[in-house]
Amino acid sequence: MDLLLNHFWEFTITGLAFGAVYALIALGYTLVYGVLRLINFAHSEVFMWGSFASVWVLTALGASKASGVGVVGFLVIGFAAAMVTSALVALGLEFVAYRPLRKRNSPPLIALISAIGASFVLSEAMGLRDKPFKWFGLDTDLASYVGRPREASPLPLNIDTVRLFRVFDYRVSNIDLIVLGSAIVMMVILDQFVKRSRLGRGIRAVAQDPEAAALMGVNRDRVIRLTFVIGGAMAGAAAMMYLLKIGVTRYNAGFLLGVKAFTAAVLGGIGNLRGALLGGFVLGVAESYGSAIFGSNWKDVVAFTLLVIILLFRPTGLLGESLGKARA
Amino acid sequence: MPDTTPGTTPGSTPDPEQHDTAKETRGTRVDDDTVLGPDTEATPDTSVDISVEEVADLPKGKMLEVEDVTLRFGGVTALDGVSFHINTGEILGLIGPNGAGKTTCFNVMTGVYQPTSGGVRFMGEPLGKRQKFQITKLGIARTFQNIRLFHNMTALENVLVGADAHHSTGMFSALLRLPKHHAEESEGMDRAYELLKFMGLDKRADELARNLPYGDQRRLEIARALATNPKLLCLDEPAAGFNPAEKARLMELIQSIRDQGYTVLLIEHDMKLVMGVTDRIVVLEFGKKIAEGLPAEIQDNPAVIAAYLGVDEDAS
Amino acid sequence: MNAVSSFFHGIGDRFRALPRWAKIVLAIAAAVIVYLLPIINPPLITTTDSDFGAVLFLCALYALVAIGLNIVIGYAGLLDLGYIGFFAIGAFTVGVLGSAHAKLPLLLCIPIAMVVTLVSGIVLGAPTLRVRGDYLAIVTLGFGEIVRLILVNADSLTGGSRGISNIPTPPNLDLFGIPHLVWDGFVAKVDLSNQTRFLQFGVTDSIPYYWLALTLVFIVLFLDWRMQNSRVGRAWEATREDEDAAELMGVPTFRFKLLAFATGAAIGGLSGALFATKQQFINPDNFTILYSVLFVAMVVVGGQGNRWGVVVAAALLTWAPEKFRFLADARFLLFGLALMALAIFRPQGLMPPRRSVRAKKADEVAPDQIDAEGVARA
Repeated sequence: MDLLLNHFWEFTITGLAFGAVYALIALGYTLVYGVLRLINFAHSEVFMWGSFASVWVLTALGASKASGVGVVGFLVIGFAAAMVTSALVALGLEFVAYRPLRKRNSPPLIALISAIGASFVLSEAMGLRDKPFKWFGLDTDLASYVGRPREASPLPLNIDTVRLFRVFDYRVSNIDLIVLGSAIVMMVILDQFVKRSRLGRGIRAVAQDPEAAALMGVNRDRVIRLTFVIGGAMAGAAAMMYLLKIGVTRYNAGFLLGVKAFTAAVLGGIGNLRGALLGGFVLGVAESYGSAIFGSNWKDVVAFTLLVIILLFRPTGLLGESLGKARA
Repeated sequence: MPDTTPGTTPGSTPDPEQHDTAKETRGTRVDDDTVLGPDTEATPDTSVDISVEEVADLPKGKMLEVEDVTLRFGGVTALDGVSFHINTGEILGLIGPNGAGKTTCFNVMTGVYQPTSGGVRFMGEPLGKRQKFQITKLGIARTFQNIRLFHNMTALENVLVGADAHHSTGMFSALLRLPKHHAEESEGMDRAYELLKFMGLDKRADELARNLPYGDQRRLEIARALATNPKLLCLDEPAAGFNPAEKARLMELIQSIRDQGYTVLLIEHDMKLVMGVTDRIVVLEFGKKIAEGLPAEIQDNPAVIAAYLGVDEDAS
Repeated sequence: MNAVSSFFHGIGDRFRALPRWAKIVLAIAAAVIVYLLPIINPPLITTTDSDFGAVLFLCALYALVAIGLNIVIGYAGLLDLGYIGFFAIGAFTVGVLGSAHAKLPLLLCIPIAMVVTLVSGIVLGAPTLRVRGDYLAIVTLGFGEIVRLILVNADSLTGGSRGISNIPTPPNLDLFGIPHLVWDGFVAKVDLSNQTRFLQFGVTDSIPYYWLALTLVFIVLFLDWRMQNSRVGRAWEATREDEDAAELMGVPTFRFKLLAFATGAAIGGLSGALFATKQQFINPDNFTILYSVLFVAMVVVGGQGNRWGVVVAAALLTWAPEKFRFLADARFLLFGLALMALAIFRPQGLMPPRRSVRAKKADEVAPDQIDAEGVARA
């Protein structure tokens, strides 16, 4: 407890930074759930692929030697690589794992089974990446270049942590600022997009009443593709932020993060965009405080206990359900 | 509850006229016969005794009282100060145009919704915050406007689930096959077959609910509700989707259910139909009660006529 | 794949048509063969890369797990993605009480493990079974992970990541030895130098553990059948079909869901205890969340709600990777692909329960007529 009180702002800001990552991933869960009533279990792997994409692209471009303004450029490239890859993976996922089921009107449990299967395929495909290279005797070269996927692959970008300014007792670093800043930018863009654009209105319409939306000329399949792309891009951004904060990724990095992000979505009220953001930040901060009080080993336990407690007292989450009804 | 007419087959309904109508109206459904087996001809056998002790000899007077019930969803007032009562042994019709709040009223009575204000008394006791299954065990059973059978269970199993409402076999009785398990299983079986026979479904006992023809599904829902031994049977548009002849036969069936001692609350928006079978009628419109009385009185009530004016009576 | 289910149902139909005495004789013969599998060591089926007895033990163990999870998923329709949590709790209860902190005999540890898992099932289920179905999946997934994290972190109780060793074995009853068969091509010979002691539990021979696990499978199957063919089973099925309607027909759905969840948990605990006594050494790494998903896969592949289906699927999915070792690396990848294919092409599982096969048959002929009528009348 003393630890928390003495370093209150440090834990708060770290918590917010992790919360931003959770929130961005949670957006993907919430969007898809709002439109399809489906838990996109494989969303965590979309995130993982994004993280590898930015590691590989930055390695290939020799980002580790960069300094000064170059770092900023590589940072942007890293974000772009992760976002594009994640969006594409999400789109492919929708096409292979969910669309055939939708055409058959499968019950939700079956869709979830397919999602679990897809999640396995995506994470194991990354884990087994070295296999085909081994046939050509290239696996060691590749490993020395980008690392092995079953071990930690580091982000090849040297950003010195600079303490910029103080918030009470904590000196906020440039990384905190990049992570929080880019998260907020993403969120504002998404919020405005869903609120104002024609496609955004389509998303809300399908979420509220798919049949009526179809009658009004909204192309449901297109809207669904769009939600997967947006959710994927957000997960990609989160992947880059995660790399900045943690520094490494693994083929199974997505799983725990995905479960937590889903927790965040449920916490805020699944299907509700602003709820996902709120849930993400609440979860991040709660986890951070929890690790201060009980020790960092218990961080994850705190997160899940919080989920159970919230569901117990407020089954529809903090802000309530429904993408359509929420203003976002 | 012995079967009073052993060997009765579905074809032996006493009323020949009714039988003729049946043939006539079912002529269009030959497809069912060929596909779903030779015994589609489902004729209720109303001579089967389906009465139960729990329901017999109930005190006369008000069985269920709806007292000034108001229900709001956000800004919408679905029910606005509705009060009426049901007497033991009668068939009460609850009618009104679409969206008048009839089903909502059912939902309040069966514990699906908690009223915003007011309350429901059953056998003199307020229902309070009782859960749905507890209310069923007290003796209120219902059917649904949109059929909600357990589709992947057989007709027999559907009725057995209803009969289980007054059983108490738990895990241990089932695991150890205690006498209670056997007693309740055979009681449930007897009751279920009795009801299936009454409804004319006994030949289809082993078919999956979802493979039954539409009309049989509707009757199976009634059988399932009756299996819970209800003091009050609430039927939510049981004749929806029926043609006039089928509707008429269903109404006769409902009357014979009442004649065996059950009290019936019937939702229907086809006014003509209700006039013939009900003892009293309550009319709702826009969540308010606009009239209550004997069928003859309701027929001449200007408010009711106004409410129904322009409403196509066969809109179902 | 239809051939698979019709093959098995064909067997089922012929079996049912037999006279009673023939049924009993056949059932006993089949049981004896299954019991003697590791002794017979049949060519083609036996595993060359790993101990066949140990593989068969795992098959029986996971069959037990699948039966338990089938109650939760197949009967009651609750998607439990944290079943490994109960398995782990069962194993560690035996470890803690039998070795780490006390020296209770195994036969006492196992019932305690089942009670502990039962209670943990109730504690987890009571708050979460009230929420909607798909939340349950995530909450249970989280639970499975929490259990593992607690096992790793609660050093003083569970030995942390070092785990617990010297877990007690079942009491021995050393009566006689059974020589194994060895095969030269398709010619069998009795190998007197290689005998399994009846019944000597130890590290060297897995076969007695296989017999123990198999016996438990049969007992649990019997109890499972009794549960399903009763008011309890009907209540589960009704709840799965339409929870609101079930409630309005007088089924206390929450209570029955909790019963299914807790029963499943207790069987998971039993399996975990069995695992612990066979391994004699456990650590938290034995209980990663991947296993939860594997267990769900067994139930779904087997056909939710069909107890024999899930038993066969569990055994197959355990045996196949051991038999085809060269695929071991790609095991989870193949699993994922199989699940996706299954969801698309055969959502009811390889061997769905009889009832849905019957329904499907009727559907294949009738849907047009029913639909046309439904529309015409609506």
